[in-house]
Amino acid sequence: MAREKGLHDHWYDGIVDAFRIYIPGNSTYHTMRARNARTGTWFILPFIIGFLLFMLKPIMESFSMSLSDVVLLPGQGYHQTPVGFRNYHTALAVDPEFNKYLVEEIGQMAINTIATLVLSFVIAVILNQEFKGRTLCRAIFFLPVILSSGVLPGIEHQNEFYDMMGGLAESMAESSGMDISATLQDLLGASGVAGSVFEVVFTMIDSIYDIVMASGIQIIVFLSGLQSISPSLYEAADVEGCSGWESFWKITFPMVSPLLLVNCIYTIIDFFMKNDNRVMELIYQVTYQDAKFGVSSAMSWIYFGVALAFIGVSSFIISRMVKSYE
Amino acid sequence: MSKSETVFIGKNKSFWERNRRSEGYLLKRKVRSIAGSVIRALLLFGLCFMIIQPILMRITTGFMPEKDLYDTTVVMMPRSVTLDNYNLVFRLTRFPNSMVNTLWTSLLMSVLQVISCTLVAYGFARYEFPLKKLWFACVVMLIIIPPTTIQTALYMNFVNFDIFEIFKVTTGKTVNLRTSFIPYAIMCLTCMGLKNGLYIYMLRQYFKGVPKSLEEAAYIDGCGTMHTFTKIMLPDAMPTIASCFLFAFVWQWTDVFYSRNFLSSYSIYAVELSSIVSRMSRELAPPGQPAVIVSNGRSQQLISIGVLVCCIPLIILYCFTQKTFVKSLAMTGSKE
Repeated sequence: MAREKGLHDHWYDGIVDAFRIYIPGNSTYHTMRARNARTGTWFILPFIIGFLLFMLKPIMESFSMSLSDVVLLPGQGYHQTPVGFRNYHTALAVDPEFNKYLVEEIGQMAINTIATLVLSFVIAVILNQEFKGRTLCRAIFFLPVILSSGVLPGIEHQNEFYDMMGGLAESMAESSGMDISATLQDLLGASGVAGSVFEVVFTMIDSIYDIVMASGIQIIVFLSGLQSISPSLYEAADVEGCSGWESFWKITFPMVSPLLLVNCIYTIIDFFMKNDNRVMELIYQVTYQDAKFGVSSAMSWIYFGVALAFIGVSSFIISRMVKSYE
Repeated sequence: MSKSETVFIGKNKSFWERNRRSEGYLLKRKVRSIAGSVIRALLLFGLCFMIIQPILMRITTGFMPEKDLYDTTVVMMPRSVTLDNYNLVFRLTRFPNSMVNTLWTSLLMSVLQVISCTLVAYGFARYEFPLKKLWFACVVMLIIIPPTTIQTALYMNFVNFDIFEIFKVTTGKTVNLRTSFIPYAIMCLTCMGLKNGLYIYMLRQYFKGVPKSLEEAAYIDGCGTMHTFTKIMLPDAMPTIASCFLFAFVWQWTDVFYSRNFLSSYSIYAVELSSIVSRMSRELAPPGQPAVIVSNGRSQQLISIGVLVCCIPLIILYCFTQKTFVKSLAMTGSKE
């Protein structure tokens, strides 16, 4: 769409433009561009209303709560007295657990995100090949989308019965000297290869169930990317004498890599919003058991800020690394 | 005679003969492909087993009588099959009732969500309007912000619901909307339901990939905006919309957060499920006595039956739709 010259030079030009388009009685109002813009606005009007009423207003309120001391009044309603940044200070410096949990969860998340991306990419590549029983395998790999949604993972998390049984199996394995990952770890550690790296790898392996359960959507996204690659590219590569390995790195990976960003962001958000996340549990506990609404909203704002920073950094890195083929 | 010999030179020769002629290349290729498929099969089998095993475990433990749970000689198969556990779980979760409620609320809410999200996504994909970037940033915000952040404030909003204090002026008091499904329906209609930012994003990606000339042709032929949208764009978008609907339905079905906050006057299965253990302990206690503590194994057995009952309708639905599902997601494409 052709834009008028000089417009969109300043940050306030959008607002000026809005006045010209939405308010009758000027030269721009009756142009085709203005009419189209008004139609478009009708389409997104539900979102605008919803966002202002049910998102922006609660966000403002929650932010102001985090800056004040909130006391619930008997009956309905609550009373706020502004205290500045004291709640943030309480969350970060006074609360004994918040800091520790936050750091631990972020570390865990970094590992999990990388593992999820790699695993889901590998699985998507495998599921994209031709073999017998492919449909069945696809169906099974997407089951986690159902099985790890809403109430289910939270309940599974409390599933001490299975933990107990798992523990039993583990101790049996240990007594018979069959704990594979520990044995391997000993072996590799003994041969003096960089120990901490292996430790990370082994935590990944031990939590592979969680990782597979969390990567349903990512597999779908990667698979959709793989299927949109035109087969003629591979044909051309084959004719030119590319091996499968080469065409994987020269065709498959670059074509799918833009989706890496989408998946990375999705994984991070998913991890941050999980119910069985310990920071979330702490926030929930502070809200409902200790009834410290101010502190809990301060905590969730800190948490949100950290999440946002993490998403920003990782998307910056990935978008630098990855070429986008428009 | 000689011609046919030269053309089918290797046809009647044995594999080893042909291998010798190709200087070992044939054998190498064959071994490589067999090894590849063996590794692939092992990997897939392991991972699939890991996903399926908990479900199988749930199915079998569900049929076990209580004493089998503590019997260490019973591993997977129950010694005697009983349906009592299922009856108990059905009673504790108010089964037929809560399932029916879950069904109609999930259907209604996901339909509303998908309708509004489609409209908004089309607006974002096809029109230029002022502050478009700002509004799209808001969509991204919607994806990122955890709903728990705004939980308290939203709750307060709906308990004392008022539009610009109109009700307060006319009737003297605010309206408590928390007892009906209307507030959540309003939220769904305005794209503020569960994960709606994601659906907007997905559908926008799809609409952006459709060539503009389709609509231009329709406009030239005299179609209006709405007509073009419903007659030209919607039929092609149906698979993508259907997969969005499936996501919405599944997530709504298992959701606790929104159901507990906004549909609290209906008995929703997922909510009932989340409090099954405490209800069980209350039920087992003799009348007038404090609740007893349900043993760990028993409570987990009940939970696993509950989870199974929750999943089965979704899994059946998924089996029927997974082909369209995967195909349509492939069409959403990778274009940014």
